Amino acid sequence: MANLAAVVGIGQTKYMTKRLDVSIAGLVREAAVNALQDADLTWDDIDAVILGKAPDMFEGVIMPETYLTDALGCNGKPMLRVHTAGSVGGSTALVAASHVQSGMFKRVLTVSFEKQSESNAMWALSNPQPFSTHLNAGAGGYFAPIIREYMRRSNAPYDVGIKVAVKDRLHGARNPLAHLQKPDITMQEVEESFMLWDPIRFLEACPSSDGACAMIIANEELADKASKKPAWIRGVAMRSEPTMYAGRDEVNPQAGRDCAADVYKQAGITNPRKDLDCAEVYVPFSWYEPMWLENLGFAPEGEGWKLTMEGATSLDEGGDIPWNCSGGVLSSNAIGASGMIRFAEAARQVRGDAGDHQVEGAKLALGHAYGGGAQFYAMWVVGSEKP
Amino acid sequence: MSEEQEVVTVVKAPVYLKYNFTAGAAPARFLAQIKKGVLTGQRCPKCSAVYVPPRGSCGGCGVATEEEVVLSNKATVQSFTIVYIPIPNNPIQPPYIIANVVPDGANVSFIHLMSECVNEDVHIGARVEAVWKPKEEWAFAMDNIRYYRPIDEPNVPVDQIGKLPVTGLEG
Repeated sequence: MANLAAVVGIGQTKYMTKRLDVSIAGLVREAAVNALQDADLTWDDIDAVILGKAPDMFEGVIMPETYLTDALGCNGKPMLRVHTAGSVGGSTALVAASHVQSGMFKRVLTVSFEKQSESNAMWALSNPQPFSTHLNAGAGGYFAPIIREYMRRSNAPYDVGIKVAVKDRLHGARNPLAHLQKPDITMQEVEESFMLWDPIRFLEACPSSDGACAMIIANEELADKASKKPAWIRGVAMRSEPTMYAGRDEVNPQAGRDCAADVYKQAGITNPRKDLDCAEVYVPFSWYEPMWLENLGFAPEGEGWKLTMEGATSLDEGGDIPWNCSGGVLSSNAIGASGMIRFAEAARQVRGDAGDHQVEGAKLALGHAYGGGAQFYAMWVVGSEKP
Repeated sequence: MSEEQEVVTVVKAPVYLKYNFTAGAAPARFLAQIKKGVLTGQRCPKCSAVYVPPRGSCGGCGVATEEEVVLSNKATVQSFTIVYIPIPNNPIQPPYIIANVVPDGANVSFIHLMSECVNEDVHIGARVEAVWKPKEEWAFAMDNIRYYRPIDEPNVPVDQIGKLPVTGLEG
């Protein structure tokens, strides 16, 4: 049985297109310092550092963890780098948590980042290989056909994705750290935005952001003495599956369902829509909200879109299960950090520390990340109370 | 030296990486065949699924694939996207269609370009065929197939996509 662990500090940067005033080192340090301040701790209080980011090809800095050692105050301390594509922010938090839950360390700092302004993600994701044709359509080109298949199967109305795009930007307008600030966005504006990868419109896709997110995770003894209310880790799970195998369900992947079942079991959740107060789920393209509502068991298969259309996932419409109150990936996408932002925002909710996007009285929240060809999954459930 | 100097914050410094591609046993056989104008896959000895392009193993069963299978030029559209942004350094003009196609005789799809079609008419289950480059341009590359184009055959029912034998719809 794992030892108890909790989030005792959270630090983020403001997400934006270009952070020209800082290097990568400056960016990660800013998030780490913010987390230390939030926890009322200093560098000396940290036993080890767990760092995550998406592929090194993005910024072209190979093994950036070695260069970031000084900036993260871990010269002479244990440091570990995690890499699981787009889900990396989530799995980095889980690796950090496991180093505390195992009793190995008392208090660890975990950080993840992306500086997309110094990178070309589309290029980095599309290196040519002779056994496939080189079309370089990026992540949108990969996920659009899967979304099309979801639309066919579910018979969902055409404007479900448009509704999610509006809802998450309205949430983002409540969060001063969110990259996109669009408090006046309308369904019409999203519908009229240009088509990128049919059926994905420009405003149904995430932005490219610079940013970093950090958390401090401590054992029970230290969390009990924390200066602010901790977020107790109630369940942790990771799963993966191959990108390609015969009969793979790309719309509703097995690994995602298995990962959710595992994390719910640990947290004692039998009905996620009822038992959880809110969720931060990795939705980089709007239609992934209804798809993940089904994959994560919030709705029966083929009916996730109904929750979206009823306003169940909207804070502004008083929904019973708000999703992505921070604005989500649709409002800020510093790729390597995006998963950890989900985990950290779930923790903020149960700490009662989410500002204008706080879900009133939130006690139990889900943080979720996915990556690769929707094949890597990382999830945690955090609670305001000890299990 | 002038006192007033432009502040340098960002310098573009492109890095060029040149790789030698080591094909490995399964892609080497696939590429040798496609150089001759033949599309091949490999069959899983456990679940019988045929993979294309073969990577040497079945991801579902976790076993090596050995048996080589010749696939049809005909294929079915499993899904697709219409892309409205240009491909850098590529002459294809948007909007163009990238489709997930499953060749007859295979059980997984790969992405390829569609052409000679009305974009709005392309649909899931549509029948298509490979259009190859002229023989003298054939290389060790999937690009020997220039694109897929629609053919006049009945749609494949959704539950049959990815399950057709190499002989196609007529079975």
